[in-house]
This record gives sequence, structure tokens and C-alpha cells, in this order.
Amino acid sequence: MQRLLTATAASALVFGAAVSAAQADDIKLGVIFGFTGPLESITPDMAAGAELAMAEVSDSGALLDGATVTAIRGDSTCIDAGAATAVAERLITSDGIKGIVGADCSGVTGAILQNVALPNGVVMVSPSATSPGLSTAEDNGLFFRTAPSDARQGQVITDILVESGIKSVAVSYVNNDYGKGLADAFQAAFEAAGGEVTINAAHEDQKADYSAEVGALASAGGERLVVAGYVDGGGSGITRAAIDAGAFDTFHFPDGMVSNKLVENFGSEIDGSSADVPGTDSPGAQMYIDLAGDAFNPTGPFSPESYDAAALIMLAMQASGSTDPGVYKDKIMDVANAPGEQIFPGELAKGLQILKDGGEIDYVGASAVELIGPGESAGNYRQITYEGGEEKTVKFR
Amino acid sequence: MDLLNALVALANFVIIPALSYGSQLALGALGVTLIYGILRFSNFAHGDTMAFGTMMTILVTWKLQDMGVSLGPLPTALLALPLGIAGTALLLIGTDSAVYRFYRRQKAAPVILVIVSMGVMFVMNGIVRFIIGVDDQVFADGARFVVSARGFREMTGLSEGLVLRTSTVITVATAIVTVAALFWFLNRTRTGKSMRAFSDNEDLALLSGIDPERVVRVTWILVAALATIAGVLYGLDKSFKPFTYFQLLLPIFASAIVGGLGSPVGAIAGGFVIAFSEVTVTYAFKKVLGYALPDGLEPSGLVQLLSTDYKFAVSFAILIIVLLFKPTGLFRGKSV
Repeated sequence: MQRLLTATAASALVFGAAVSAAQADDIKLGVIFGFTGPLESITPDMAAGAELAMAEVSDSGALLDGATVTAIRGDSTCIDAGAATAVAERLITSDGIKGIVGADCSGVTGAILQNVALPNGVVMVSPSATSPGLSTAEDNGLFFRTAPSDARQGQVITDILVESGIKSVAVSYVNNDYGKGLADAFQAAFEAAGGEVTINAAHEDQKADYSAEVGALASAGGERLVVAGYVDGGGSGITRAAIDAGAFDTFHFPDGMVSNKLVENFGSEIDGSSADVPGTDSPGAQMYIDLAGDAFNPTGPFSPESYDAAALIMLAMQASGSTDPGVYKDKIMDVANAPGEQIFPGELAKGLQILKDGGEIDYVGASAVELIGPGESAGNYRQITYEGGEEKTVKFR
Repeated sequence: MDLLNALVALANFVIIPALSYGSQLALGALGVTLIYGILRFSNFAHGDTMAFGTMMTILVTWKLQDMGVSLGPLPTALLALPLGIAGTALLLIGTDSAVYRFYRRQKAAPVILVIVSMGVMFVMNGIVRFIIGVDDQVFADGARFVVSARGFREMTGLSEGLVLRTSTVITVATAIVTVAALFWFLNRTRTGKSMRAFSDNEDLALLSGIDPERVVRVTWILVAALATIAGVLYGLDKSFKPFTYFQLLLPIFASAIVGGLGSPVGAIAGGFVIAFSEVTVTYAFKKVLGYALPDGLEPSGLVQLLSTDYKFAVSFAILIIVLLFKPTGLFRGKSV
């Protein structure tokens, strides 16, 4: 038995070596999302988006003399910084990835950035880490995000609520970098606009019971409850308990809560509630949906941003003519912003060709990418309302 | 009228939720305490046993729903419960003969069994995730409310609503029936008495001709029943998600230890102590006091003793205090 195991292991090694030798021009990119944990229902569509961009580039053969791009998935767990750092370390040192699409949640993204990406000099492009804290984190120009900072989202939520004539709200946020950052940004913006936040309280994710939290929220009162949490975790738990106890009738759901799962879980019980999620009415969004077809759900939260994150890395490699993160990191802002020819989803081959010929591109992509300040998206949001148990788009902001 | 409003608000946000959460914890803690009392180790796989039992029940429920069977206003899951229990019992007895029996024969120290049960926990966790997936599953059907907030307001003319959910009523009722049946079994039947004898003094029990394997088997069947019932009640009340069941382990152990490990009465008391302390200490009394106090004296702050962030600190502070002053728990279990 032991001999058999040794033989299997040895042949696997030889086979692995043969495969990697055969693909000398294969560029590996890490896709580090929380495939398990509180975001596990949306991450498959995010990863599929990133891998779609890589497949598109590989098939085109236009990247750096026909190089192919392979995705290596890693599980960030969304909440366990130790596990996320370990997986990033492994991907960089043993798989030899040249860039990271990820991570997803703000806390683990910060941890990977500080502990792994910075020391190893690897570029990270996160499609979904939105904590305002990451704007000022030290990154040596290695960290970018195709998602906007929550400072912007706090303002958007304020605008939505003020326009609906709401003057006082209670806020429940998930106790991590994302929730705390968003809740504080929102409170500052809402109070500046003359609104009142009756209570701004944390909830722990994935806990068994939320009656205590809902009791406190209900006692503080407010016209609407803002649930800055996760749809697969405590956010749904809080919403469920608040509806059941009759504590609040309507809610506002920031991006972490917007998902088909929300409508599935609550149906018409959340009628009259509002929500916001990064999104755009640029033609790129529809082209991305057409491009993805039935393979996965391209309208899932952060799926377009994931496609764009992967595309930016590969376009920057082409623009700099190098797969070295230390070199191509300087080109990411260039390919993302004007001037140059606009590139939409499905047109990556065209973009690569223009760059090869020495031209300039302005990558628009699926989420209307426009990188500002320290390399983060300027932020377009889709305003949603719930009617008759269905999600309806009101407008784009 | 205002005093009534205050009472209703208190009942709606403190008493009723704590009562139903307490019942779920009590049933879970009973399972843990039975294993500790009779098999003499802390079973870390209990949370995932609950998840497995609930999953079996959900699968049967779906089958029944497909066939068009329903219980009217009651959830179909109650009908599926016996099959869920049977499936879980098979799994537990299988696990016992494949894993625990080996260590029992070796007379392994309890701490080894604890670590073994952790391994079992991860395997069960994997099985559940593999079969039903990691997502939330909503399987409650039938009438959701006995009394809804709006209905109550219209009925009584009070400005506060009182919600009584079907799942809360079922939870408390089932918990009472289950606990009564368990106590009857342990105190009145021959098998129950032999289990208690085995728990009190293993050697003496063996000398008097009690078949240890039979005691072990019956224990696992009881544990399967308790875990499945607790898990299904919890799932009906909130929702089913494998990861949350794993997280339930902590409050369940806290309940069992506060009450006294090995003592069934203690497990029940512990469940309610933990649930009520989590909800009451962190409750914001602004609304209740606003109703109860005369005009002009309403509090402007939240009147909250501790922020809800500390609710776990509260239950564990109680745990530590109990262990310091009464190491065997409130109801004299076996010392830890």
C-alpha cells in the first residue's frame, strides 16, 4: 500500500513537471475569494467572471506572444485572516502566480496585502473590498480595486434615503472592516445631511440568535433599518428577526445584502425597502451579460467587477510587455483610464492588439471602470427597490 | 395603557425570543449532557449532529411536500421528524462502532475522546455540506404566525405589537413534551434506570449484569432524537445553514456547563439562563421605560446596560462565575 502511494505520488510529480514544462508561456493568476464562509453564495459567480476574462485572453493568443493565462483558485474564507494569508502565500511561493484577483472581503484583503502581497511585491486587484480604510493603506502602488470605497457608498445611501423623505434610521452592521467602515461612513454622511441615526450597533456574523440585537434596534426605533451585513450571514438573520418581531417594516440593504438569495429568503416581506449595489447602465454591463451566456449568473454582485479586475491585470501586462508585477503595476491606471480607445467586455483581444501596436486604451469593461485616487473605482451604483417580492432597478447613480 | 404597552414591548423583544432560544439550547444541552454523563466525554460533534439530523429531516420534508402531504397550519417537517431521527441514529451508532468503540475498549482518557469527537465533527460537517450544500435552506411551511404584530395592534388597540410565531409555540411545546418523555424514560423504565446506573458507577453496573453496549446504543439513539429535534426546531425558527449549527456548539456547551455537565435538569436550566442573560442584559430599555415612566421622565439615551457586542461576554462571564463558585454547575453535575 505504501509503495503504491509512493509510486502514485512520484508519477504525479513527474506528470506535473511535464505539464508545466509544456506550457512555458502559461501565466498563472491567483483568484482568491471566500469560496467558503459568509460570501460563499456569490463568490462562484465572481470567480467565473474573472476566469471568463482569462479564458478570453488565452483564446485570443494576443497576450505577450501567445501566452495563456490560468486561474488558480484560493479560498480567502472572507473572515479568517490567517487562512487567507496562508493561501495567498502558497499561491505565490509554490504556484508562482503573477498577480491576484482578490481578495473579496475587506478584512482579509488588508491582511493579504500587508502580510503577503507587499513583502512579495505582487499586484492585487480586488473586485469587492470596499472598506474606506484600504484607500489609505500602504501599498507601494500594488493594490487596486474595481470596487468603490464605502465612503462613496455611504453618500449614495444617504442620497437614496433623503430623497425618499426618511429622516431617522437605525443601523446594524456586521462587526468587521467592511461593516464598520460602511456604517461609520454612512452615519457621517447621513448626519451631515440632517438625518438622525438612532443607533449604530454591530452584530456578529453567523451567530445562532439575533433577538438581543433586534431588541436593541427596535427600542432605539427609526423609520428604516439599514442592514450593513452579509446576505449569507448575520444580515439575513437580523432582517428575519426584525420582520418576525414586527420591529421594522422597511429596510435599506447595502451591497453585501443584494443577491437573489435576499429575494428568495424574504419575498414580499421586504416590499417598500430600498437597496444599492455597485452597477452601471453603461453598454459594457449588457455586453458582459451576453458574453457570459448561461455559464453562470453575470448579474451576481461583483461578478462584472471581477471580470474587470482580471482584465486590468492582463492588459497592464501587455502594456508594459512584462509579467513582472513590479513592472506592470505602473500601467494599470493607464489602461483603465482615458485617453485611448474604449474597450468593452468581449473586446479584450482588440485591446491587447492596440497595446501591442503601441496605442492607448481606456478600459471601460463591464462595470464602467474609472480608477481614481489611490487606484480605486470612482463608483457607480444601481438603486434598487423591492415591489411585489421582486427586485426593481430605480436608476443609476 | 402605557404600562400594558411597556409589558408587551418587553414580552415581544425579550421574553418570547429568549424563551424559544432557551428551549432550543436546552434540548441541545441535554444531548451533550447525556453523552457526558453516560459515555464520559464532551462531544464536540454535537452541533454537526444537529445539522445532520436537520438535513435528513429537510430531505424527507421536501419529499413529502413533493407528494403533496402537509399538516395544514403546522410545518410538514414535524411529520418528517421521526425519519430524520432514525437516519441520525443510524449515523451515530455507525460512528460509534467505527470510531468511539475502539477508544472505549482501550479505556482511552476522556481528553482523547474529546479530540476524536472533534475529528468526527469535521467529517460530519463535511458530509452535511456535501449532501445539502452550504447555502441557507428554508423549509418551514404552514402558517407563519399565530398572532402577527399588525393583528395584535388591531385586536387590542395598543401601539406595540406582540408577535407569536407558530415556530415559537411549537418549539416551546415540543421542548416540554420531549423533556417530559426523557425524564419518564430515565426514571421509570428499566433501560433508563440501567443507563443511570451505568452513569453513576460503571463497574457496579457491569457487575449487576447490565449490557454496556446496549446502554451505549440507547444513549446514541436518545442523543440522535434530542439533537434532531433541537436542530429542526432551530431551523424552523430561524433557518438551516450548516455553518450556523457549528457555531451553536458554544452556547450549547455553555448551557450544559452552567447547569452542571451530566445533569439533565441542569442542562435545561442552563439553556434558559444563557438565553435570558444574552437577551436581557444587552436590551435597550428606552422604549419600555418610555411607556412605563410618567411624561417628562422618558429617557433620552438607549438605557442599555451593555452594547449587544458583549452578549457573548455576558454568557461566558456567567459561566466563569458559576465555575468559580460552584465548579459542578448549578445542579451538581460531574465536575469538569
